[in-house]
Amino acid sequence: MKTIVNDFSIHVATVNGSGSQTANTVLLRAIFQMGVPVSGKNLFPSNIAGLPTWFTIRASRHGYLARRHGADILVVMNPETAASDIAATAAGSVIVLNEQIQVPPIPEDRIVYRVPMPRLMEGITTDVRLRRLVVNMLYVGVLAEKLGIAEEEIERALDAQLGKKPRALALNHAAVRAGWEYAHQHLPKRDPFRLERMNATAGKILVEGNTAGALGALFGGVTLVTWYPITPSSSLIESLIGFLEQHRRDADGRATFAVVQAEDEIAAIGMVLGGGWAGARAMTSTSGPGISLMAEFAGYGYYAEIPAVVWDVQRIGPSTGLPTRTSQGDLSFVHGLSHGDTRHPVLLPSSVADCFEFGARAFDLAERLQTPVFVLSDLDLAMNHWMSDPFPYPDRPWDRGKVLTDADLAQLPTFERYRDVDGDGIPYRTLPGLTHDSKGAYFTRGSGHDEAARYTESPEAYVRGLERLQRKLETARTLVPEPVLAEDEGAEVGLIAYGSTHWAMLEARDELRAAGVRTGYLLLRALPFTEHLERFVRKYARVYVVEQNRDGQMAGLIRLDLGDLATRVRSVRHFTGMPIDARFVTDAVLNGEGRPLPAAKAVVEGAAR
Amino acid sequence: MSDTPARAPGTSGGPDAPAGAPRNRVGLTRADYDGAKTTLCPGCGHNAITGGIIQAAYEAGLEPSRVAKLSGIGCSSKTPAYFLGQSHGFNAVHGRMPSIATGVHLANREMLLIGVSGDGDTASIGLGQFCHMIRRNVPVVYIVENNGVYGLTKGQFSATADIGSTMKGGKRNELTPIDLCALAIELGCGFVARSFSGDQKQLRPLLKAAFSHRGTAVIDVISPCVTFADHEGSTKSYAAVKEHDAPLHDIDFVPYFEDIHVDYAPGATREVEMPDGSRVFLKKLAEDYDPTSRERAFEAIQTARAEQKFITGLLYVDPDSRPFDEDLALVETPLAALPLERVRPARAVLERIMEQMKTGKGLTAAEGGG
Repeated sequence: MKTIVNDFSIHVATVNGSGSQTANTVLLRAIFQMGVPVSGKNLFPSNIAGLPTWFTIRASRHGYLARRHGADILVVMNPETAASDIAATAAGSVIVLNEQIQVPPIPEDRIVYRVPMPRLMEGITTDVRLRRLVVNMLYVGVLAEKLGIAEEEIERALDAQLGKKPRALALNHAAVRAGWEYAHQHLPKRDPFRLERMNATAGKILVEGNTAGALGALFGGVTLVTWYPITPSSSLIESLIGFLEQHRRDADGRATFAVVQAEDEIAAIGMVLGGGWAGARAMTSTSGPGISLMAEFAGYGYYAEIPAVVWDVQRIGPSTGLPTRTSQGDLSFVHGLSHGDTRHPVLLPSSVADCFEFGARAFDLAERLQTPVFVLSDLDLAMNHWMSDPFPYPDRPWDRGKVLTDADLAQLPTFERYRDVDGDGIPYRTLPGLTHDSKGAYFTRGSGHDEAARYTESPEAYVRGLERLQRKLETARTLVPEPVLAEDEGAEVGLIAYGSTHWAMLEARDELRAAGVRTGYLLLRALPFTEHLERFVRKYARVYVVEQNRDGQMAGLIRLDLGDLATRVRSVRHFTGMPIDARFVTDAVLNGEGRPLPAAKAVVEGAAR
Repeated sequence: MSDTPARAPGTSGGPDAPAGAPRNRVGLTRADYDGAKTTLCPGCGHNAITGGIIQAAYEAGLEPSRVAKLSGIGCSSKTPAYFLGQSHGFNAVHGRMPSIATGVHLANREMLLIGVSGDGDTASIGLGQFCHMIRRNVPVVYIVENNGVYGLTKGQFSATADIGSTMKGGKRNELTPIDLCALAIELGCGFVARSFSGDQKQLRPLLKAAFSHRGTAVIDVISPCVTFADHEGSTKSYAAVKEHDAPLHDIDFVPYFEDIHVDYAPGATREVEMPDGSRVFLKKLAEDYDPTSRERAFEAIQTARAEQKFITGLLYVDPDSRPFDEDLALVETPLAALPLERVRPARAVLERIMEQMKTGKGLTAAEGGG
């Protein structure tokens, strides 16, 4: 049997609310501490307690962080899904089975480790409630022993999680120990999987996208935060509140920030627009259903030219929809959110590092462009653990845009709020309450105004306003984050992706190279498109745009933007609600290129066209 | 058509101010508080309220650059263009002015916010935001220009129309009206008044008292619509309001910067001191009314409804109500004016957090810890 080192995934099937999170975090952290690249994804139900949930941990010596289709090791802790979870495993998989759970006969080509969990727990605590929580640590111990996770790393990870609660720490430690001992004495090693120390995580951090975005906002100098709770966006704001409380109160306890839990998302964006109008760095965060409610105000912000930052952590909707499933389905909706000729800049973070960077940069852009800027994250990026280089301190000063002070106004014969003085489509503004020269005052309303902010229904004035906003969008193309380009030598096929799809792309490019297809890859990081897009598409006869929605929204926007080159664009779509995996991308491109698929069965999930 | 005032840049005294016009405590004439010419119907109650706001702002000596005018959508919401032309204005979307006001206030707590809304904008599409603004006690002088009818869309009933009131074409309203004052008091509002656009003597001191209040101040002003609700059968016509208007008291307002001795017979007058030291004097009319009692206010509103009267005056006041910015313990400096060094934590802070994310140690649950 050939040993497989540092390249497998673990699937833990538990019941939601059963306390498995600590156990899974300990496993994840311990592998990370061994220097092995690792990612963790929580595939959870829309439920507080009782429904099935799965946590996947992928260790990859190649550094692949995308979801991997299928599990090498399955931990069975949920009676309800045990049969189907086992049925989904492939030959050669490992199954760690809580012996208490009744399951149909398991095919002989699976490697089963049966663990008498109830009996092992008897020696640890008599408290039934605690048993239920701590039992998860038994599989941590079993896996640690069987896979060779260093015991001291488990201990360090446990200590980091529970160090402040000595009693809980001792109990959990005892359970890990019991699992380890049982595996050592009764479960001879029959599987090929092994973890060995590497040096690929030194200096790296492990963090969720929402936490990273919150940190970005903190260091971007956010002053007003409004929100209405919604999965998967809430943890962004909750993290931010934690950071603000810790780092943004004066010695006397007074706050340099305001957080408002609004009555709904309409109020949330209204407060952001009011705050942005008056000079605060204001943001809100939501998901698709909230974005829907924000539509009218989003257009108002566009036409009245008010800075605002809106995070959309995408999920499947509307209404409840599938609130715990990931998606990139809001792209075109958000880009044109509201009626009329609105068009918003949209930032597309693909990594936790991007979340941090854009968390701050979105404010600079919003204030420079005087318009709402949307940051389009998704559940996979936002709520899962990602490995990353540490975030660099933002050394640049902030950009507060074209704001006139009293001293500026004193130099000017007149002030006109919507006059394009510089030719870049961006006018100058004044902040109510912070300028006292009376010529700085102006009246803000939606689209019906002339250069001096006077109400008008004149067709000419309306056209002038729209054309200036168009010029502003052209300016935005030069200011938004540039795409990232990577090209194989002699590449013949172009690939384009954005957001969390990026991680499957990295891996798919390696698979494609192994299959003889050399690729160029453009990772888009914003709308509107920069000049790089056209240059990229010009180079390739066929460009595959890969994304996680049914209709190929990005492919559509690219086709619209490119004119004659549009025929080169092919759309690859994954829309199951599960994070996209590399195999899906590779198969789609190989199919498109008329190449044979590799021996492994192609996974049919989502659609490619 | 323009509704932004033509004004000489940077002048106090205004282009229209006659030479030697009297000046208030901040050196401005009454004309400095004017706005653009109204585009509402001649005789509209809203125009009288606009005039009342201009006069009250002049008398109170408001600094225009510290005032923001806010509104939603409707005839009433057009009016901020017609007063205080030297102040910033924000004509928001329908029913959502309270959220704009909340954001402006949090960005700059030094500003006085004057919000103008209507009965459609407040009692229907904006009822939720109205309630939550009050619940948070956002400092806004919130004026409802209440005519019981949708004017700008030509005469539909609003949610404040009284049972039995008729439309111009004769259709009768059968639905219970929403009493915005009773609702505001129920929600804990610390300043609730009702007035009539035709009673400037009452409206002006109420406005000035509201300017001095810390927290949401709601003034529901019955303001007849001359085009769609001034007919016989409308309970908010000029004739009907004049007939049923029942003032609770005569009101005088003495600002903190004026040392005026008011000589009223003892027992006949109540005095309310506002947080800035200004004083409101309420002179007894038919009976003694205590505006600091919520129970009394509810009772008075209920009785008046049964008797088909409009009671007007200061219905309820709590000068000690705690405004939103105090609740949030905001720093003195407006958030909008904070320099970068006060809002971007130091490099060492980020380095410490990065260290925690390497080890998983020391992170709170909200920061991605266990």
